[in-house]
Formats: sequence, structure tokens, C-alpha cells
Amino acid sequence: MEQFLQMKNVSKTFGEVSALHDVNFEIGTNEIVGLLGDNGAGKSTFVKIITGYHQPDPGGEFYIKGKKIDRFTVPEARKKGIEIVYQERALADEQSLWRNIFLGRETVNKWGFLDVKGMRNETRKLMSTAMGFTSKAITPESTVRTFSGGERQGVAITRALYFKAELIILDEPTMGLSLSETKKCLDFVDQIKSEGKSCIFIDHNIFHVYPVCDRIVVMDRGTVAGQYRKNELTLQELIDKLYLVAHTGSLDSGKEGQDMHPEGGTA
Amino acid sequence: MKSGETATAKAAVEAPAALGFKRFFRRYSMQIGILFVGIFIWLLFLAAAPRTFLSSSIYISFMSTTPFFALMALPLTYIIIVGEIDLSFPSIMSLGMLAFDVTYTMTGDVWVGFFSCILAGVIAGYLNGVLVVKIGIPSLVATIGTQYLWRGVILVVTNGQGMGMTPIQDTILYPLFVGRIGGVIPAQFAWTIGIALVLWLILNRTRFGAHVYLTGDNIGSARLMGVNVDSTKIWSFIILGAAAAFAGFVVSEEVLYYWPTLGEGYMMNTLASVFLGGTSPYGGTGTILGTFIACFIIGAINAGIVAAGMTAFWTNVIYGLIVLISVSLQAVLIKRLK
Repeated sequence: MEQFLQMKNVSKTFGEVSALHDVNFEIGTNEIVGLLGDNGAGKSTFVKIITGYHQPDPGGEFYIKGKKIDRFTVPEARKKGIEIVYQERALADEQSLWRNIFLGRETVNKWGFLDVKGMRNETRKLMSTAMGFTSKAITPESTVRTFSGGERQGVAITRALYFKAELIILDEPTMGLSLSETKKCLDFVDQIKSEGKSCIFIDHNIFHVYPVCDRIVVMDRGTVAGQYRKNELTLQELIDKLYLVAHTGSLDSGKEGQDMHPEGGTA
Repeated sequence: MKSGETATAKAAVEAPAALGFKRFFRRYSMQIGILFVGIFIWLLFLAAAPRTFLSSSIYISFMSTTPFFALMALPLTYIIIVGEIDLSFPSIMSLGMLAFDVTYTMTGDVWVGFFSCILAGVIAGYLNGVLVVKIGIPSLVATIGTQYLWRGVILVVTNGQGMGMTPIQDTILYPLFVGRIGGVIPAQFAWTIGIALVLWLILNRTRFGAHVYLTGDNIGSARLMGVNVDSTKIWSFIILGAAAAFAGFVVSEEVLYYWPTLGEGYMMNTLASVFLGGTSPYGGTGTILGTFIACFIIGAINAGIVAAGMTAFWTNVIYGLIVLISVSLQAVLIKRLK
């Protein structure tokens, strides 16, 4: 599998606090990686480095599609097709669906006016295909406020896919969703896979992460504690390991967590 | 599965036509409500003072005086949608005319004076925007500050002295902005309609307009999606600044005198027009059409109070009530929707 993004020995300190130290991470094209870890494990700092929001400390290396990147910024990340979907902050509630789909990327005609008709039609197409909205009550003109949590995630993910995101980061997308809504949301992750794109799926809930991802990365105390391809271990083994890491900082009793390198996996 | 997909696709395509009417009413319920409120108030006045409200002169008078604040209420709609407030526009009306006063006295050229007037409005608006966006002062506080600052500057420079505008009467500027089209329709009314159309077009059909809505609705999301929220806000303040200076010019031309106190008394009717027009005090929603209709309701109320034989002191009571009721209504509506 071709690597989409690769990090080598990336660290991040804020003043005297070390948020990340010597993180090694990679994600392949069309790979779904589940990122697990307790609060304070460094997940959000990690994500902010990938999206160009934070600059890592000097010394680490950062590659996209095999090309070394020296300074990674937010616009740079967007240009490379890295898109993050936050549940709470993704959509503008009072605006229509089509305005949300084209948020910040409105298309204009040759006179510089919005191509409203085109954007509406495109949205209608996406609704019936990508988003799978079947309710007759929802149209491109519907205000997003009326949508359920799962539908909102669907809109945000569809938007990212539509604008050719290569790597979509989902930050706790199932938080606060009902069972059926969660199912819908996970279906969207499957869709990212079938569209040939990559995804980093961050969640507390391993029952959500496990079924949809190809590989699981466990973070603990600012570093990658271990990585597993899904076919390497069962859900129960994973739960045991997570429990262990939370208590001992190591994924295997008596063994250093860093020893579990992903390359050792039988993919 | 495939047939199911095409069925949903078909449903999605057909749905808009079937739901269009209902959706239109739901979406514009506030604006439609305002229209009915306007008609109701008009009927009320018609019953109270039929002689006044059946003659055309009162309507001509509306068309003459409503633009004075409508010219500011329309761009103020942008400010409210974008999630900010501006209380300095009454002072900017006068600041623009101060710039006219100074440059016209120096050069004797009305055009130089006119463009300095608008430029002063642009600069004052830009300053408001910078204070709010770059320095990070809440717009309520920042614009109270600039309101007093500009008023103070005006009084210091003019020493409280006004300026006669009669020299303007002989130039094209006079018939252009406050003449009577066909001897009947006030030119400022035509300008108000024209400016309303342009502002509608910008708000609904340009990327800037889309960003005004998005910034006011969810500033975090707008930022994440690469919308330049800072410049969107600053430009909203600039548009209002320029419009306020223009309104000040029109008022001074109409009465042929520039009073340094120009603008006082325009605060409440302008704000009332925006909120009565259905623009949400929480930002993110609002329409130019709503503000436009509301301006004429406010104008009619003003005239109606006097025509109905009440003292003009009542106008403040009514404006206060209008602002409170329309804002409360929206607060209740939002709670119910959530």
C-alpha cells in the first residue's frame, strides 16, 4: 500500500509540557485508521499537527506521498487534501443544505455571482447518491438546523469527499448520536473507504472504531503505544490491551509498548 | 438496492416542486408576518385618520423621509447578520458631512466634498471593523466609543456651528439625490430602492454575501472552511459607514443645512427597522426585503402617531416596544426550534 502520510519521530512540546514525543505514524492511501486513546493521550495535538494547525518541534520528519514537507500549515494541509470534520463546528445551522455543502467554496459564474442553480442541482444529486437522504422533507433548501446528528455528519463527510479530500479526519463523530444514527455515521466511513480515500477515525468507543477500520493505532501519554492490523487481533484482545495500557502504560504485560511496531504485523 | 437508489433520487428531484410553496412560507414566515403587520397598522391608521391616510401627500412624505434611515438600516442588516452591532452610524452621518464641510470650504468643489464625505464614512467603518476584528473589542463597546469620539471631533472642529447647503442647490448633486422625479417621487426613494436591490444582490448572490451569513451563523465552521471572517466583518462595517455618510449627505441636502448634531434621533428607528424586519439578533439570518418593508412600517408609525393626534413623544415608546417585541419573538422562536 502506498503511503499517504508519514511521520517520523515527531514531538510537540508546549513550554515545558511534552504533549507528543517521538511519534511514528503512517497512513496509506485508502486506509482507514482508528485512533484510540484516553483523554490526554495526545490525540488532539496529533490531529492538529496533521492539519497544520500546530508546528511540530524541530527534529521530526513529515512526509506526504513520500515527499518531505518542511513547514506544514493549514492552507497547505487543505491543498494536500487533508480535511477534518468536527461534529459541533462543521455546519452552519441556519443556512440551507446547499450553502453548507459549498461552505467557503461557493462556485460563481463568469460575472462573479453565485451559481445558485448549479450548486442546488449538485446538492440534490449528492443527497440522493452520497448522503442517501430519502426523506421527502429534506431538499437542498432545507435549513440544516432540522437535521439529526447522523445526517449532519453525513453532510460534513459528503462535503469533504465532494471536494476531493484525500484524508478525512473524523474527530469523535459518533459522540452524542443515537444507535441508528451511529450506524449511519459508520456507513459514511465505509463510504470513504469505497471511494478510495483515507480516514483517521478518532473515537473513545472501540466498538465503533473496530468494525470500520483497517488498522488500529493506540496512543497513550503522548506517544504511539501500539498499532495493529485488524486481522491480528480480536475485539476482545484489543479491549484487554487498552485496559492494560490505561493502567500500566504498556500494551503487553512485562513488555515495552514501543516494541509493538506495525511493520511486524502480517498484513 | 439500485432501484431503491433511483427511487430516492426521483423523490428528491420531485420534492422541491411539491414542497416549494410550503417551504417558502416556512422560510419567510417572519417576512410574511411583517408584511401583514404592516398592512394591519396601515388599516389602523386609515381608520383613525382617514383624511390623512387617503390623501397622496402622506405617501410622498413617507418616500421623502423614510430613506434617511432606510439607507442605513439596509446595510445595518449585514452587520446584524454577521453577528455584530454598530451604534456609531448616527455619528458617522455627521462625520461625513464634516468632511464635506471642511473640503468644500477649502476647494469650493462639491464633488470633492461629496467624495470626501463618503470616504470619511468608509474610514470610520473601517476603523470600527479593525477595533472589533483585529483588536478584539466587542462591537457594542467599540462602536459606543467611536460614536462619542466622532461626535466629539465634529463638535470640536465645527465649534457647534452648522453650514448652509444652498450652494449645492445649483449643482447636479441636488436633483440627483433629493430632486423630485416627475415632480412627485423623491429621488432619495429611488436611491433607496436601488441600493436595496444592490445590497440584496450582494447578500444573496455573491461569495461575500454567503460569507456574511456563514460568519454570523457559525464563525468556527466558517474559519475552518477557509472563509476570511475578519475581512467579511470589516467590509460589513465599511459598507455601513459609507451608507451612513451618504444618508447624512442626503438629509443635509433635503433640509439644505448641515447641523453638527445630524444623526441624533436616527438610532432607534434604524435599529427597530432591522429587528422588525426579521433579522435575528443572534446573527446568521435576516433579509434585505424584511428590513426594507420594516423601514416603511416604522416610517408610517412615525407619521401615523402624529396624524392620529398623539404627541410625538410617543414615538420613542413605540420604537422601544417594537425592538423589544420583535427581538423577543425571535428569541422565543429560536428556543422552540431547538
